[in-house]
Formats: sequence, structure tokens, C-alpha cells
Amino acid sequence: MSTPPVIRVVEREARVFSRLWRGTVFSTLVAPVLFLAAMGLGLGGLVDAHTGKVDGLTYLQYVAPGLMVASAMQIAANEAMWPVLGAVKWVKNFHATVATSITPGELAVGYVLWIVIRSLAASAVFLLVAALLGAVPSAWGVLAIPVAALCAAAFSAPLSAYSIRLDSDISFPVIMRVGVLPLFLFSGTFFPISQLPTWLQPLAVVSPLWNAVELARAATTGTFHLGADILHVAVLVVCLTAGLLWGRRTFTRRLTS
Amino acid sequence: MNARANLFRVLPPLTQRQRPWRLVERNVLAYRRTWVVFLSGFLEPVLFLLSIGIGVGKLVGKVPFDGHEVDYKMYVAPGLLAAAAMNGSLLDTTFNFFVKFKYSHTYDAILATPLGTGDVATGEVVWALMRGAIYSTAFLVTMLLFGLVASWWAVLVVPVAVLIGFAFAGAGLAATTFMRSWVDFDYVTLALIPLFLFSGTFFPVSQYPAGLQAIIRLTPLYQGVVLERSLVLGAVHPILLVHVVYLGVMGAIGLRVAERRIGRLLQP
Repeated sequence: MSTPPVIRVVEREARVFSRLWRGTVFSTLVAPVLFLAAMGLGLGGLVDAHTGKVDGLTYLQYVAPGLMVASAMQIAANEAMWPVLGAVKWVKNFHATVATSITPGELAVGYVLWIVIRSLAASAVFLLVAALLGAVPSAWGVLAIPVAALCAAAFSAPLSAYSIRLDSDISFPVIMRVGVLPLFLFSGTFFPISQLPTWLQPLAVVSPLWNAVELARAATTGTFHLGADILHVAVLVVCLTAGLLWGRRTFTRRLTS
Repeated sequence: MNARANLFRVLPPLTQRQRPWRLVERNVLAYRRTWVVFLSGFLEPVLFLLSIGIGVGKLVGKVPFDGHEVDYKMYVAPGLLAAAAMNGSLLDTTFNFFVKFKYSHTYDAILATPLGTGDVATGEVVWALMRGAIYSTAFLVTMLLFGLVASWWAVLVVPVAVLIGFAFAGAGLAATTFMRSWVDFDYVTLALIPLFLFSGTFFPVSQYPAGLQAIIRLTPLYQGVVLERSLVLGAVHPILLVHVVYLGVMGAIGLRVAERRIGRLLQP
């Protein structure tokens, strides 16, 4: 029984990463913790003094799960844009991959799986630091790690399917600024979406990030609402599945012509 | 007009002093194709203003400043403007410069013309500053629309933003000449994010323990944040000139180092 092709793809990425991980430590591990310190502790001091509790939580506890899944989203978005286009246009290692017995469809799945593994690791580190700072009141908080990974999957599957079709990276900074950044700032990460203008709230509700933030916050605070939480998972799974199906088509089209 | 422009191009010695502008012209032309990217650069601070300033601002209430209390959104807006001036300038002089230098080989082509390495350094900095001036003017207008400007001193906001950009442009260019590959750009993030988060941008430095406060008062973005906030909120004192001098000297040193390093890197 040989290694499944999808795992081969993950192995390739992991081997490359083992040489390059130093260049990612700061932006994927340290930066989110700094955001937590600045917003949760610094700004949180002012919030706690003025408002008391936000949704029954200290501001540090409120903002921690949001930042955790938001950074998983950012890792996913980054990895599903420039590196994917690079692998098909500049370095062409995806062409090398499909010259083996690995199919484009398997490559698409394997690449998303690799991003999921990376965000699992990053989220685990973040959760540990957050717990040490007192931002995670419940032991159910460990469940926030798979939530963050699911969030990363829900973003990286459709984005990598999109990126592989491109010929230039010109749209990437626009996606970051018009898509990823607004999600980061307005998906219930820093303040409850009930504070948004009413016409914006439905938009926030369908955003995958908001669903993931709500799930992660349910986990770190240990307050679950079964019906709502199943809906949150469903939204994320729909994004992931749609992304994977689309990715199988776009990867095949780009890599077999 | 066109004929005259062409004449100056075939007789470059006539326009020695304008040579860096040729590089600026090149960048303007290049951006005409990607104006969406250019426009979206303005969005970033506005989104932060809406989210942190207005959204979280409701949870924060008022913040002490210069002996009285101000609304959090008024407090944070000038901080965001200063941070955006730093971000934009660093983005242009690090990532964008590196791509042109290492991958597009833009400068190899440019140096085959009468332009020299000094013109490249000056031209890129001038371009970064012009871009910064456009963005900060747009952000200042946004602040006015939201009613976040309290003083006429705010007319100096854009020049100060350009000064902040200048300080970081020199440093950014100089740093980029030492970069070997993309992996090294994590160091840019390493400098950028702590400065962005902890320079009194989002909350008063009095939130920190005394030792940390002293260190933060020495960092570059802090100077810019204090300047912009004092102008917008109308708390102008002669002591602010110290911050101006700090930023000016920082930019001059950075540019000097960058010019010399670029000379060594690009000249065969």
C-alpha cells in the first residue's frame, strides 16, 4: 500500500517549509499575539474601564477567539494566492507535480490540506499564549483549534481555485484590501456585529469568518448553542466543499492544457 | 509640447536635475494600468477607522489627551493617519522596490539610460512621498467628513505625513538593499507590526509600565503619531519641533545609506 497522492503533496510542501519556516515565524505566530496584546490588554484596559463587559466577557476574552480564527484566515489567504500563482507561473513546480502519477485534483486537495495543517499549528500556539494571558475561560477552548483550521480550509479552497486560473498577481492586493481586511475588521472580531449598521448585518452573518468567530468564541467560553453552532459549521463546510469542487476543475484545466 | 519633451529626452544633459522625475514618471505610467490597486491603498486606514475608531470606539468612550478628554474616534484617527503614512512608504520602498530590483530587473533597464543609481534612490523616495501625500489628503478629507478634525492646525497634517513617509522611506530602501530573498521580508513585518500597534496609535502610552513608556517614546512612529494627533486636536507646543527634527534626521540618514548601498548593488 503506497502513500496516498494527497499526502505526497503535503509532504512536498512540508519539506520546502522545513527549510523556510524561519521566515514565517514572526508574521504567523508572533504578530497575532502582538495584536492580542495591543487590542486585548492595551485597548481592552480602556474598554473594561468604560463598558465593563462585552457580551459578558472581558475585552481580552472577547477579542482572543476572533483574532485566532482571523489569523488562520490570513494565513490561508496568503498561502492560497501568491504561492499558488507562483507554483504555476513562476516556479512551475505544480507542472512537475502533475507530471508524476498525482492528478491535478489530488494536488488541489493536498495543497488545501497543507494549509490546514499549518493553521492548526499556528492556532495551537496562539491558543496556548492566549490561555496563559487569561483570555480562554473554558477548557472547551481546545475546540477552537479545529475551528480555526476549518476556517482556513473554507478560505483556502476557493481562493486557491481562483488563483490558479490567473496570469498576474494584480488582483491579490485588491482581494486583501477589499475582501480579507474588511472581514478581519467587521466580522465580530473586535466588536459585536449588532453594532454594525442594520443593512450591513446580514452581510456579516453570511461571511465565513463571522461564523468561524462565533464558533471559536463558543468554544473558548464554553457556551454552546447547538442549533446555531451546527449552522456555523454548515456555512464553513459549504465554502470548503464548493471550493474543492471548483478547485478540481480549475487545477485540471490549468495543468493539463 | 510633445516635441519639446522628446527633445529633452534625446539631450539628457539639459535636464540633469530632473532625472529622478523620469523614474517618478515611469511609476505613474505603470500605475495607470493598475489604478484599482492604487485606489485600494486608500481603503486600509478608512476601514481601520470604521472598525476600531467607530466600532470599538463605542466600547472605549473617552480617552485622556493633553489634560482633557476626547472621543476615542477623534483620538485614534490621527494615529491611523500617521501609521498609514509609515505603512505606505515602507511598502513602496521594501516590497515594491525588491520586486523591481530582483525580479522585474526594472533598474537594470533604467541604468542603461542616463539615469544613475542616485536618481533611482531619489526617484523612488519622491514617488513614495507623492503617493503618501495623495493618500493622506484623502484620509484627512474622510476625517473632516466624519467630523474628526478639531483644529485649523490640521492644514499641516499632510506635510507631516509626508515627513513621516520620508523618515521611513530612507530606512526602508536602506534595509531592502540588505535583503536576500522573500524570507527576509519577515523582518520588515517584524518592525512594522509592533510599531503600528504600540506607538500610541490605538491607546495612550500611559497604559504601559514606565520603563516600556520610555522606550516607546524613542521609537520613530511615536514621533509621527504625537505630531499628527497634536495638530488634529489643536494642542500645538514648541516641543513638537523635536519630533520634526527626529523624523527629518532619520530620513536623511536612511536615504544617504540607501544611495550608497544601491550604488554598490546596481553598478556592475
